[in-house]
Amino acid sequence: MDVDAIREDFPILKKRVHGKKLVYLDNAATTQKPKQVIEAIKEFYSDYNANVQRGVYEISEKATELYEGGRESVAKFINATSSKEIIFVRNATEAINLVANAWAKKNIGKDDEIIISIMEHHSNFVPWQQLAIENNAKIKVVGVDPEGHFKFDEYESLLSDKTKLVAITHVSNVLGTITPVKEIVKKAHEKGAMTLVDGAQSVPHIPVDVQQIGCDFLAFSGHKMLAPTGIGILYGKKEILEKMDPFLKGGDMIKEVHLDSTRWNELPWKFEAGTPNIEGGITMKVAIDYLNRIGMPNIREHEKKLTKYALDAFANTKGIDVYGPRNVEEKGGVVSFNVQQIHPHDLASILDEEGIAIRSGHHCAQPLMENLGLVAASRASFYLYNKEEEIDILINSLKKARKVFRLE
Amino acid sequence: MYTEMILDYYKFPRNFGTLEKADIKSRDTNPLCGDEIEFQINLDENKKVKEVKYSGKGCAISQAAASMLTELMQGKTVDELKKISKGDIYDLLGITLSPVRVKCALLGLKVMKIGVYTYLSEEIKLDEDEK
Ligand SMILES: Cc1ncc(COP(=O)(O)O)c(C=O)c1O
Repeated sequence: MDVDAIREDFPILKKRVHGKKLVYLDNAATTQKPKQVIEAIKEFYSDYNANVQRGVYEISEKATELYEGGRESVAKFINATSSKEIIFVRNATEAINLVANAWAKKNIGKDDEIIISIMEHHSNFVPWQQLAIENNAKIKVVGVDPEGHFKFDEYESLLSDKTKLVAITHVSNVLGTITPVKEIVKKAHEKGAMTLVDGAQSVPHIPVDVQQIGCDFLAFSGHKMLAPTGIGILYGKKEILEKMDPFLKGGDMIKEVHLDSTRWNELPWKFEAGTPNIEGGITMKVAIDYLNRIGMPNIREHEKKLTKYALDAFANTKGIDVYGPRNVEEKGGVVSFNVQQIHPHDLASILDEEGIAIRSGHHCAQPLMENLGLVAASRASFYLYNKEEEIDILINSLKKARKVFRLE
Repeated sequence: MYTEMILDYYKFPRNFGTLEKADIKSRDTNPLCGDEIEFQINLDENKKVKEVKYSGKGCAISQAAASMLTELMQGKTVDELKKISKGDIYDLLGITLSPVRVKCALLGLKVMKIGVYTYLSEEIKLDEDEK
Protein backbone atom coordinates (compact mmCIF):
# COMPACT_ATOMS: atom_id res chain seq x y z
CA MET A 1 0.00 0.00 0.00
CA ASP A 2 1.59 3.24 -1.18
CA VAL A 3 0.34 5.82 1.29
CA ASP A 4 2.21 8.70 -0.36
CA ALA A 5 0.51 7.95 -3.66
CA ILE A 6 -2.86 7.72 -1.91
CA ARG A 7 -2.27 11.11 -0.26
CA GLU A 8 -1.75 12.64 -3.70
CA ASP A 9 -5.40 11.86 -4.43
CA PHE A 10 -6.69 13.92 -1.50
CA PRO A 11 -6.41 17.63 -2.27
CA ILE A 12 -7.25 18.72 1.28
CA LEU A 13 -4.19 16.93 2.68
CA LYS A 14 -2.02 19.56 0.98
CA LYS A 15 -3.76 22.38 2.85
CA ARG A 16 -2.19 24.33 5.64
CA VAL A 17 -3.95 25.27 8.86
CA HIS A 18 -2.53 28.11 10.96
CA GLY A 19 0.50 27.86 8.69
CA LYS A 20 1.04 24.18 9.56
CA LYS A 21 0.47 21.08 7.45
CA LEU A 22 -3.01 19.69 8.10
CA VAL A 23 -2.82 16.51 10.18
CA TYR A 24 -6.31 15.09 9.87
CA LEU A 25 -7.03 12.56 12.62
CA ASP A 26 -10.81 12.85 12.90
CA ASN A 27 -11.77 10.15 10.44
CA ALA A 28 -14.36 8.58 12.71
CA ALA A 29 -16.32 11.84 12.38
CA THR A 30 -15.99 12.08 8.62
CA THR A 31 -13.32 11.20 6.08
CA GLN A 32 -11.69 13.32 3.42
CA LYS A 33 -12.62 12.85 -0.23
CA PRO A 34 -10.32 11.77 -3.06
CA LYS A 35 -10.22 13.81 -6.26
CA GLN A 36 -11.99 10.93 -8.05
CA VAL A 37 -15.08 11.53 -5.90
CA ILE A 38 -14.83 15.32 -6.17
CA GLU A 39 -14.50 15.03 -9.95
CA ALA A 40 -17.46 12.68 -10.21
CA ILE A 41 -19.69 15.16 -8.39
CA LYS A 42 -18.54 17.93 -10.73
CA GLU A 43 -19.11 15.71 -13.75
CA PHE A 44 -22.66 14.89 -12.69
CA TYR A 45 -23.62 18.54 -12.38
CA SER A 46 -21.73 19.65 -15.48
CA ASP A 47 -22.60 16.82 -17.83
CA TYR A 48 -25.76 14.91 -17.02
CA ASN A 49 -27.68 16.46 -14.11
CA ALA A 50 -31.30 15.27 -14.27
CA ASN A 51 -33.81 13.67 -11.96
CA VAL A 52 -33.78 9.90 -11.69
CA GLN A 53 -36.38 7.18 -12.29
CA ARG A 54 -38.70 9.37 -14.38
CA GLY A 55 -37.18 11.10 -17.36
CA VAL A 56 -37.33 9.37 -20.73
CA TYR A 57 -34.40 11.26 -22.12
CA GLU A 58 -30.74 10.58 -22.33
CA ILE A 59 -29.30 12.48 -19.41
CA SER A 60 -32.00 11.29 -17.00
CA GLU A 61 -31.43 7.74 -18.13
CA LYS A 62 -27.73 8.15 -17.56
CA ALA A 63 -28.26 9.65 -14.11
CA THR A 64 -30.62 6.80 -13.20
CA GLU A 65 -28.21 4.18 -14.47
CA LEU A 66 -25.31 5.56 -12.48
CA TYR A 67 -27.41 6.11 -9.36
CA GLU A 68 -28.55 2.49 -9.50
CA GLY A 69 -24.96 1.54 -10.27
CA GLY A 70 -24.05 3.08 -6.92
CA ARG A 71 -26.58 0.81 -5.27
CA GLU A 72 -25.20 -2.28 -7.04
CA SER A 73 -21.75 -1.37 -5.95
CA VAL A 74 -22.82 -1.00 -2.28
CA ALA A 75 -24.60 -4.37 -2.48
CA LYS A 76 -21.43 -6.08 -3.71
CA PHE A 77 -19.25 -4.25 -1.20
CA ILE A 78 -21.12 -5.72 1.78
CA ASN A 79 -22.06 -8.93 -0.06
CA ALA A 80 -25.84 -8.39 0.01
CA THR A 81 -27.76 -10.97 -2.02
CA SER A 82 -29.39 -8.27 -4.14
CA SER A 83 -29.31 -4.52 -4.67
CA LYS A 84 -32.99 -4.53 -3.64
CA GLU A 85 -31.66 -4.85 -0.12
CA ILE A 86 -29.83 -1.52 -0.32
CA ILE A 87 -31.85 1.53 0.64
CA PHE A 88 -30.33 4.94 0.17
CA VAL A 89 -30.98 7.31 3.05
CA ARG A 90 -29.18 10.40 4.36
CA ASN A 91 -26.88 8.76 6.90
CA ALA A 92 -26.58 5.96 9.44
CA THR A 93 -28.83 7.86 11.82
CA GLU A 94 -31.65 7.99 9.30
CA ALA A 95 -31.16 4.30 8.48
CA ILE A 96 -31.65 3.40 12.15
CA ASN A 97 -34.65 5.71 12.45
CA LEU A 98 -36.16 4.06 9.40
CA VAL A 99 -36.04 0.68 11.11
CA ALA A 100 -37.39 2.19 14.34
CA ASN A 101 -40.35 3.76 12.55
CA ALA A 102 -41.13 1.28 9.81
CA TRP A 103 -40.42 -1.95 11.66
CA ALA A 104 -40.03 -1.54 15.41
CA LYS A 105 -43.03 0.70 16.04
CA LYS A 106 -45.34 -2.07 14.89
CA ASN A 107 -43.44 -5.08 16.11
CA ILE A 108 -42.22 -4.09 19.55
CA GLY A 109 -44.92 -3.79 22.16
CA LYS A 110 -45.57 -3.63 25.86
CA ASP A 111 -42.92 -5.39 27.99
CA ASP A 112 -40.95 -6.46 24.93
CA GLU A 113 -37.22 -5.91 25.23
CA ILE A 114 -34.56 -4.27 23.09
CA ILE A 115 -30.92 -5.09 23.79
CA ILE A 116 -28.22 -2.53 23.02
CA SER A 117 -24.72 -1.99 24.40
CA ILE A 118 -23.35 0.77 26.57
CA MET A 119 -21.06 1.70 23.66
CA GLU A 120 -23.82 2.83 21.33
CA HIS A 121 -23.56 6.15 19.54
CA HIS A 122 -26.58 8.32 20.36
CA SER A 123 -27.95 7.42 16.92
CA ASN A 124 -28.27 3.77 17.92
CA PHE A 125 -29.50 4.66 21.38
CA VAL A 126 -31.99 7.54 21.36
CA PRO A 127 -34.33 6.03 18.70
CA TRP A 128 -34.67 2.84 20.79
CA GLN A 129 -34.99 4.67 24.08
CA GLN A 130 -37.79 6.81 22.67
CA LEU A 131 -39.51 3.86 21.03
CA ALA A 132 -39.40 2.01 24.34
CA ILE A 133 -41.02 4.98 26.05
CA GLU A 134 -43.75 5.23 23.41
CA ASN A 135 -44.52 1.52 23.22
CA ASN A 136 -43.90 0.66 26.89
CA ALA A 137 -41.03 -1.62 25.95
CA LYS A 138 -37.78 -2.04 27.89
CA ILE A 139 -34.16 -1.32 27.04
CA LYS A 140 -31.51 -3.74 28.27
CA VAL A 141 -27.92 -2.59 28.14
CA VAL A 142 -24.89 -4.85 27.76
CA GLY A 143 -21.84 -3.43 29.52
CA VAL A 144 -18.13 -3.50 28.75
CA ASP A 145 -15.27 -4.85 30.85
CA PRO A 146 -12.55 -2.48 32.14
CA GLU A 147 -10.67 -2.70 28.84
CA GLY A 148 -13.82 -1.98 26.87
CA HIS A 149 -14.71 -5.42 25.55
CA PHE A 150 -18.35 -6.34 24.93
CA LYS A 151 -19.49 -8.52 27.85
CA PHE A 152 -20.76 -11.51 25.94
CA ASP A 153 -21.89 -13.51 28.97
CA GLU A 154 -23.90 -10.55 30.19
CA TYR A 155 -25.47 -10.34 26.75
CA GLU A 156 -26.43 -14.01 26.86
CA SER A 157 -28.01 -13.58 30.26
CA LEU A 158 -30.07 -10.60 29.05
CA LEU A 159 -31.44 -12.48 26.04
CA SER A 160 -34.87 -13.97 26.58
CA ASP A 161 -38.12 -14.72 24.80
CA LYS A 162 -39.05 -11.10 25.44
CA THR A 163 -36.12 -9.87 23.34
CA LYS A 164 -37.51 -8.51 20.09
CA LEU A 165 -34.50 -6.59 18.82
CA VAL A 166 -30.75 -6.57 19.35
CA ALA A 167 -29.17 -3.35 18.06
CA ILE A 168 -25.39 -3.28 18.49
CA THR A 169 -22.52 -1.31 17.10
CA HIS A 170 -19.92 -3.27 15.16
CA VAL A 171 -17.07 -0.92 16.08
CA SER A 172 -17.28 1.59 18.93
CA ASN A 173 -16.59 5.14 17.83
CA VAL A 174 -15.02 5.88 21.24
CA LEU A 175 -13.18 2.75 22.35
CA GLY A 176 -12.62 1.24 18.92
CA THR A 177 -13.85 -2.09 20.31
CA ILE A 178 -14.85 -4.58 17.62
CA THR A 179 -17.87 -6.53 18.83
CA PRO A 180 -18.45 -10.20 17.92
CA VAL A 181 -21.44 -9.36 15.73
CA LYS A 182 -21.69 -12.75 14.10
CA GLU A 183 -22.05 -14.52 17.47
CA ILE A 184 -24.33 -11.76 18.77
CA VAL A 185 -26.65 -12.19 15.79
CA LYS A 186 -26.63 -15.97 16.08
CA LYS A 187 -27.68 -15.86 19.74
CA ALA A 188 -30.38 -13.28 19.01
CA HIS A 189 -31.82 -15.36 16.20
CA GLU A 190 -31.98 -18.40 18.47
CA LYS A 191 -34.40 -16.35 20.57
CA GLY A 192 -36.30 -15.18 17.51
CA ALA A 193 -35.12 -11.58 17.89
CA MET A 194 -34.37 -9.21 15.03
CA THR A 195 -30.85 -7.79 14.72
CA LEU A 196 -29.49 -4.43 13.63
CA VAL A 197 -25.78 -3.75 13.32
CA ASP A 198 -24.52 -0.17 13.40
CA GLY A 199 -21.78 -0.38 10.81
CA ALA A 200 -20.93 3.33 10.72
CA GLN A 201 -17.41 2.63 12.02
CA SER A 202 -16.90 -0.84 10.55
CA VAL A 203 -17.96 -0.78 6.90
CA PRO A 204 -15.45 1.97 6.00
CA HIS A 205 -12.55 0.24 7.75
CA ILE A 206 -12.83 -3.55 7.83
CA PRO A 207 -14.23 -6.07 5.36
CA VAL A 208 -17.92 -6.52 6.19
CA ASP A 209 -20.03 -9.35 4.78
CA VAL A 210 -23.70 -9.22 5.74
CA GLN A 211 -24.35 -12.81 4.75
CA GLN A 212 -21.53 -14.00 6.94
CA ILE A 213 -22.68 -11.83 9.87
CA GLY A 214 -26.29 -12.81 9.25
CA CYS A 215 -27.76 -9.54 10.57
CA ASP A 216 -31.22 -8.42 9.51
CA PHE A 217 -30.26 -4.75 9.20
CA LEU A 218 -26.99 -2.88 8.77
CA ALA A 219 -26.71 0.92 8.88
CA PHE A 220 -23.79 3.06 7.71
CA SER A 221 -22.87 6.46 6.26
CA GLY A 222 -21.18 7.31 2.96
CA HIS A 223 -19.36 10.34 4.32
CA LYS A 224 -17.30 8.15 6.64
CA MET A 225 -15.99 6.16 3.65
CA LEU A 226 -14.78 8.76 1.13
CA ALA A 227 -18.24 9.59 -0.29
CA PRO A 228 -19.97 12.95 0.19
CA THR A 229 -22.26 13.84 3.09
CA GLY A 230 -25.99 13.25 2.76
CA ILE A 231 -25.83 9.66 1.52
CA GLY A 232 -26.25 6.76 3.89
CA ILE A 233 -27.27 3.15 3.59
CA LEU A 234 -29.74 0.85 5.21
CA TYR A 235 -29.19 -2.77 4.31
CA GLY A 236 -32.12 -5.03 5.17
CA LYS A 237 -32.91 -8.64 4.33
CA LYS A 238 -35.32 -8.71 1.42
CA GLU A 239 -37.97 -10.84 3.15
CA ILE A 240 -38.09 -8.40 6.03
CA LEU A 241 -38.08 -5.21 3.96
CA GLU A 242 -40.87 -6.61 1.83
CA LYS A 243 -43.11 -7.01 4.86
CA MET A 244 -42.41 -3.52 6.14
CA ASP A 245 -44.55 -0.50 5.32
CA PRO A 246 -42.80 2.60 4.05
CA PHE A 247 -41.48 5.20 6.46
CA LEU A 248 -41.83 8.35 4.33
CA LYS A 249 -44.57 8.75 1.77
CA GLY A 250 -44.81 10.73 -1.44
CA GLY A 251 -43.33 10.59 -4.91
CA ASP A 252 -40.99 7.89 -6.23
CA MET A 253 -42.05 5.36 -3.60
CA ILE A 254 -45.39 4.56 -5.21
CA LYS A 255 -46.49 2.22 -7.94
CA GLU A 256 -50.03 3.49 -8.45
CA VAL A 257 -51.91 6.31 -6.82
CA HIS A 258 -55.68 6.60 -6.92
CA LEU A 259 -57.89 9.07 -5.14
CA ASP A 260 -58.60 6.65 -2.31
CA SER A 261 -55.63 4.27 -2.32
CA THR A 262 -51.96 3.84 -3.17
CA ARG A 263 -49.84 0.82 -4.02
CA TRP A 264 -46.30 1.00 -2.78
CA ASN A 265 -43.42 0.69 -5.17
CA GLU A 266 -41.13 -2.33 -5.14
CA LEU A 267 -37.97 -2.61 -3.14
CA PRO A 268 -35.82 -0.66 -2.66
CA TRP A 269 -37.73 2.39 -3.99
CA LYS A 270 -40.59 1.81 -1.56
CA PHE A 271 -38.36 3.36 1.08
CA GLU A 272 -36.98 6.22 -1.01
CA ALA A 273 -39.66 8.90 -1.06
CA GLY A 274 -38.95 12.06 -3.01
CA THR A 275 -35.92 13.01 -5.08
CA PRO A 276 -32.92 11.29 -3.55
CA ASN A 277 -29.32 12.43 -3.14
CA ILE A 278 -28.42 11.56 -6.71
CA GLU A 279 -24.78 12.61 -6.72
CA GLY A 280 -24.40 10.82 -3.40
CA GLY A 281 -25.67 7.54 -4.82
CA ILE A 282 -23.55 7.92 -7.93
CA THR A 283 -20.37 8.69 -6.02
CA MET A 284 -20.85 5.78 -3.60
CA LYS A 285 -19.59 3.66 -6.47
CA VAL A 286 -16.61 5.92 -7.05
CA ALA A 287 -15.73 5.80 -3.34
CA ILE A 288 -16.15 2.02 -3.19
CA ASP A 289 -14.08 1.54 -6.35
CA TYR A 290 -11.36 3.57 -4.68
CA LEU A 291 -11.47 1.47 -1.50
CA ASN A 292 -11.53 -1.76 -3.49
CA ARG A 293 -8.58 -0.70 -5.60
CA ILE A 294 -6.55 -0.31 -2.39
CA GLY A 295 -8.24 -3.37 -0.91
CA MET A 296 -10.19 -3.49 2.34
CA PRO A 297 -7.88 -6.09 3.94
CA ASN A 298 -4.92 -3.77 3.19
CA ILE A 299 -6.73 -0.80 4.68
CA ARG A 300 -7.48 -2.83 7.80
CA GLU A 301 -3.80 -3.88 8.09
CA HIS A 302 -2.64 -0.31 7.61
CA GLU A 303 -4.97 0.97 10.33
CA LYS A 304 -3.86 -1.81 12.68
CA LYS A 305 -0.26 -0.76 12.17
CA LEU A 306 -1.08 2.90 12.84
CA THR A 307 -3.16 2.02 15.91
CA LYS A 308 -0.36 -0.09 17.35
CA TYR A 309 2.11 2.68 16.65
CA ALA A 310 -0.16 5.20 18.39
CA LEU A 311 -0.84 2.95 21.41
CA ASP A 312 2.89 2.37 21.88
CA ALA A 313 3.64 6.07 21.51
CA PHE A 314 0.95 7.01 24.04
CA ALA A 315 2.27 4.41 26.47
CA ASN A 316 5.71 6.00 26.21
CA THR A 317 4.45 9.53 26.83
CA LYS A 318 4.03 10.86 30.34
CA GLY A 319 0.62 11.67 31.80
CA ILE A 320 -1.69 10.11 29.23
CA ASP A 321 -4.69 7.86 29.92
CA VAL A 322 -5.86 5.65 27.06
CA TYR A 323 -9.29 3.99 26.87
CA GLY A 324 -10.37 0.83 25.07
CA PRO A 325 -8.74 -2.47 24.10
CA ARG A 326 -4.93 -2.53 23.77
CA ASN A 327 -4.85 -5.45 21.35
CA VAL A 328 -5.22 -4.08 17.82
CA GLU A 329 -6.83 -7.32 16.64
CA GLU A 330 -9.84 -6.37 18.78
CA LYS A 331 -9.88 -2.73 17.84
CA GLY A 332 -10.60 -0.44 14.90
CA GLY A 333 -8.42 2.56 14.10
CA VAL A 334 -9.74 4.68 16.95
CA VAL A 335 -7.78 5.75 20.03
CA SER A 336 -9.45 7.78 22.77
CA PHE A 337 -7.31 9.34 25.44
CA ASN A 338 -6.90 12.15 27.93
CA VAL A 339 -3.85 14.13 28.84
CA GLN A 340 -4.05 14.25 32.62
CA GLN A 341 -4.97 17.68 33.98
CA ILE A 342 -5.77 19.12 30.56
CA HIS A 343 -9.37 19.34 29.46
CA PRO A 344 -9.91 17.80 25.99
CA HIS A 345 -11.19 21.12 24.66
CA ASP A 346 -8.08 22.94 25.76
CA LEU A 347 -6.02 20.18 24.22
CA ALA A 348 -7.92 20.36 20.92
CA SER A 349 -7.36 24.13 20.79
CA ILE A 350 -3.62 23.72 21.36
CA LEU A 351 -3.42 20.94 18.76
CA ASP A 352 -5.41 23.04 16.31
CA GLU A 353 -2.67 25.64 16.45
CA GLU A 354 -0.33 22.86 15.28
CA GLY A 355 -2.62 21.98 12.36
CA ILE A 356 -3.89 18.80 14.02
CA ALA A 357 -7.58 17.93 13.80
CA ILE A 358 -8.73 15.55 16.52
CA ARG A 359 -12.09 15.19 18.20
CA SER A 360 -12.78 16.23 21.75
CA GLY A 361 -15.94 15.92 23.78
CA HIS A 362 -18.38 13.16 24.58
CA HIS A 363 -18.40 11.72 21.03
CA CYS A 364 -22.19 11.37 20.99
CA ALA A 365 -21.86 8.51 23.44
CA GLN A 366 -22.73 10.07 26.78
CA PRO A 367 -23.95 6.84 28.43
CA LEU A 368 -20.55 5.28 27.71
CA MET A 369 -18.65 8.32 28.94
CA GLU A 370 -20.63 8.27 32.16
CA ASN A 371 -19.91 4.58 32.49
CA LEU A 372 -16.18 5.29 32.10
CA GLY A 373 -16.49 8.11 34.63
CA LEU A 374 -15.44 10.71 32.07
CA VAL A 375 -16.90 14.07 31.12
CA ALA A 376 -14.99 14.23 27.90
CA ALA A 377 -12.09 12.66 26.04
CA SER A 378 -9.92 13.29 23.01
CA ARG A 379 -9.95 10.93 20.08
CA ALA A 380 -7.57 10.27 17.21
CA SER A 381 -8.96 8.11 14.41
CA PHE A 382 -7.15 6.91 11.32
CA TYR A 383 -7.78 6.09 7.69
CA LEU A 384 -5.93 4.85 4.66
CA TYR A 385 -4.08 8.14 4.06
CA ASN A 386 -2.68 8.60 7.57
CA LYS A 387 1.00 8.09 8.31
CA GLU A 388 3.11 7.26 11.33
CA GLU A 389 4.77 10.66 10.97
CA GLU A 390 1.42 12.26 11.70
CA ILE A 391 1.21 10.33 14.97
CA ASP A 392 4.70 11.62 15.78
CA ILE A 393 3.45 15.16 15.21
CA LEU A 394 0.48 14.44 17.49
CA ILE A 395 2.69 13.08 20.28
CA ASN A 396 5.09 16.04 20.05
CA SER A 397 2.15 18.40 20.26
CA LEU A 398 0.80 16.58 23.32
CA LYS A 399 4.16 17.19 24.96
CA LYS A 400 3.91 20.82 23.92
CA ALA A 401 0.44 21.03 25.49
CA ARG A 402 1.86 19.70 28.74
CA LYS A 403 4.47 22.47 28.59
CA VAL A 404 1.82 25.12 27.92
CA PHE A 405 -0.01 23.90 31.01
CA ARG A 406 3.26 23.87 32.97
CA LEU A 407 3.07 20.13 33.49
CA GLU A 408 6.65 19.62 32.38
CA MET B 1 -4.34 31.70 23.93
CA TYR B 2 -3.25 30.08 27.19
CA THR B 3 -1.72 33.13 28.81
CA GLU B 4 -0.02 33.05 32.17
CA MET B 5 -3.03 34.77 33.68
CA ILE B 6 -5.62 32.32 32.34
CA LEU B 7 -3.57 29.35 33.51
CA ASP B 8 -3.17 30.97 36.89
CA TYR B 9 -6.92 31.40 37.33
CA TYR B 10 -7.46 27.85 36.08
CA LYS B 11 -4.97 26.31 38.49
CA PHE B 12 -5.66 28.57 41.44
CA PRO B 13 -9.30 29.54 41.01
CA ARG B 14 -10.48 32.56 43.04
CA ASN B 15 -13.87 32.20 44.77
CA PHE B 16 -14.15 28.53 43.98
CA GLY B 17 -16.54 26.62 46.21
CA THR B 18 -20.05 26.82 47.61
CA LEU B 19 -21.89 28.91 50.20
CA GLU B 20 -23.76 27.55 53.18
CA LYS B 21 -26.85 29.53 52.27
CA ALA B 22 -27.27 31.52 49.06
CA ASP B 23 -29.78 34.11 47.89
CA ILE B 24 -29.10 33.25 44.28
CA LYS B 25 -28.17 29.81 43.00
CA SER B 26 -27.95 28.67 39.38
CA ARG B 27 -26.30 25.98 37.35
CA ASP B 28 -25.92 25.05 33.68
CA THR B 29 -23.84 22.94 31.33
CA ASN B 30 -22.29 23.34 27.91
CA PRO B 31 -23.69 20.39 25.95
CA LEU B 32 -20.71 20.44 23.61
CA CYS B 33 -18.08 19.54 26.17
CA GLY B 34 -20.08 18.70 29.27
CA ASP B 35 -18.56 21.63 31.16
CA GLU B 36 -20.68 22.66 34.09
CA ILE B 37 -20.73 25.71 36.30
CA GLU B 38 -22.74 26.64 39.37
CA PHE B 39 -22.95 30.13 40.84
CA GLN B 40 -23.98 30.98 44.40
CA ILE B 41 -24.45 34.60 45.40
CA ASN B 42 -25.32 36.33 48.65
CA LEU B 43 -26.56 39.91 48.65
CA ASP B 44 -26.36 42.54 51.38
CA GLU B 45 -29.25 44.74 52.54
CA ASN B 46 -28.64 47.11 49.58
CA LYS B 47 -28.97 44.24 47.10
CA LYS B 48 -25.25 44.38 46.40
CA VAL B 49 -23.09 41.30 45.99
CA LYS B 50 -21.68 40.40 49.37
CA GLU B 51 -20.28 36.97 48.62
CA VAL B 52 -20.04 34.93 45.44
CA LYS B 53 -18.74 31.43 44.81
CA TYR B 54 -18.63 29.31 41.71
CA SER B 55 -18.03 25.61 41.30
CA GLY B 56 -17.91 23.20 38.41
CA LYS B 57 -15.57 21.45 36.08
CA GLY B 58 -14.43 22.05 32.59
CA CYS B 59 -11.81 23.55 30.35
CA ALA B 60 -9.33 26.25 31.33
CA ILE B 61 -11.24 28.90 29.41
CA SER B 62 -14.64 28.28 31.02
CA GLN B 63 -13.21 27.92 34.53
CA ALA B 64 -10.85 30.91 34.35
CA ALA B 65 -13.57 33.12 32.87
CA ALA B 66 -16.00 32.17 35.63
CA SER B 67 -13.40 32.83 38.29
CA MET B 68 -12.52 36.23 36.82
CA LEU B 69 -16.22 37.04 36.63
CA THR B 70 -16.68 36.42 40.36
CA GLU B 71 -14.09 39.11 41.06
CA LEU B 72 -15.79 41.57 38.74
CA MET B 73 -19.10 40.94 40.49
CA GLN B 74 -17.96 41.99 43.95
CA GLY B 75 -20.01 44.89 45.34
CA LYS B 76 -22.20 45.22 42.27
CA THR B 77 -25.98 45.62 42.51
CA VAL B 78 -28.22 43.07 40.82
CA ASP B 79 -29.00 45.65 38.15
CA GLU B 80 -25.32 46.11 37.51
CA LEU B 81 -24.87 42.33 37.28
CA LYS B 82 -27.45 42.25 34.48
CA LYS B 83 -25.35 44.75 32.57
CA ILE B 84 -22.13 42.72 32.56
CA SER B 85 -21.58 41.88 28.89
CA LYS B 86 -19.65 39.36 26.88
CA GLY B 87 -17.27 42.21 26.00
CA ASP B 88 -16.42 42.47 29.69
CA ILE B 89 -15.55 38.78 29.75
CA TYR B 90 -13.37 39.09 26.65
CA ASP B 91 -11.61 42.03 28.29
CA LEU B 92 -10.98 39.98 31.41
CA LEU B 93 -9.56 37.08 29.42
CA GLY B 94 -7.57 39.35 27.12
CA ILE B 95 -7.48 36.87 24.23
CA THR B 96 -9.42 36.32 21.01
CA LEU B 97 -11.48 33.17 20.85
CA SER B 98 -12.73 31.00 18.02
CA PRO B 99 -16.54 30.73 17.75
CA VAL B 100 -16.61 27.31 19.45
CA ARG B 101 -14.53 28.49 22.37
CA VAL B 102 -16.69 31.61 22.84
CA LYS B 103 -19.32 29.29 24.34
CA CYS B 104 -16.79 28.09 26.90
CA ALA B 105 -15.83 31.64 27.83
CA LEU B 106 -19.42 32.78 28.28
CA LEU B 107 -20.79 29.80 30.20
CA GLY B 108 -20.16 31.43 33.59
CA LEU B 109 -21.77 34.69 32.52
CA LYS B 110 -24.81 32.82 31.27
CA VAL B 111 -25.19 30.89 34.53
CA MET B 112 -24.77 34.04 36.61
CA LYS B 113 -27.42 35.88 34.57
CA ILE B 114 -29.89 33.01 34.73
CA GLY B 115 -29.52 33.18 38.49
CA VAL B 116 -30.00 36.94 38.68
CA TYR B 117 -33.03 37.05 36.37
CA THR B 118 -34.62 34.11 38.18
CA TYR B 119 -34.03 35.86 41.54
CA LEU B 120 -35.71 38.99 40.19
CA SER B 121 -38.54 36.90 38.70
CA GLU B 122 -37.83 38.54 35.37
CA GLU B 123 -37.73 37.03 31.93
CA ILE B 124 -34.21 35.74 31.22
CA LYS B 125 -32.46 37.92 28.63
CA LEU B 126 -29.30 36.48 27.12
CA ASP B 127 -27.09 37.40 24.19
CA GLU B 128 -27.13 34.99 21.25
CA ASP B 129 -23.64 33.74 22.19
CA GLU B 130 -24.59 33.13 25.79
CA LYS B 131 -27.41 30.72 25.01
C1 LIG C 1 -20.91 4.22 15.67
C2 LIG C 1 -21.64 5.32 14.98
N1 LIG C 1 -22.93 5.17 14.69
C3 LIG C 1 -23.64 6.13 14.08
C4 LIG C 1 -23.07 7.31 13.71
C5 LIG C 1 -23.92 8.35 13.08
O1 LIG C 1 -23.50 8.63 11.79
P1 LIG C 1 -24.21 9.81 10.99
O2 LIG C 1 -23.98 11.05 11.79
O3 LIG C 1 -23.51 9.83 9.68
O4 LIG C 1 -25.64 9.46 10.89
C6 LIG C 1 -21.73 7.53 13.99
C7 LIG C 1 -21.10 8.82 13.64
O5 LIG C 1 -20.23 9.33 14.30
C8 LIG C 1 -21.00 6.51 14.65
O6 LIG C 1 -19.70 6.68 14.94
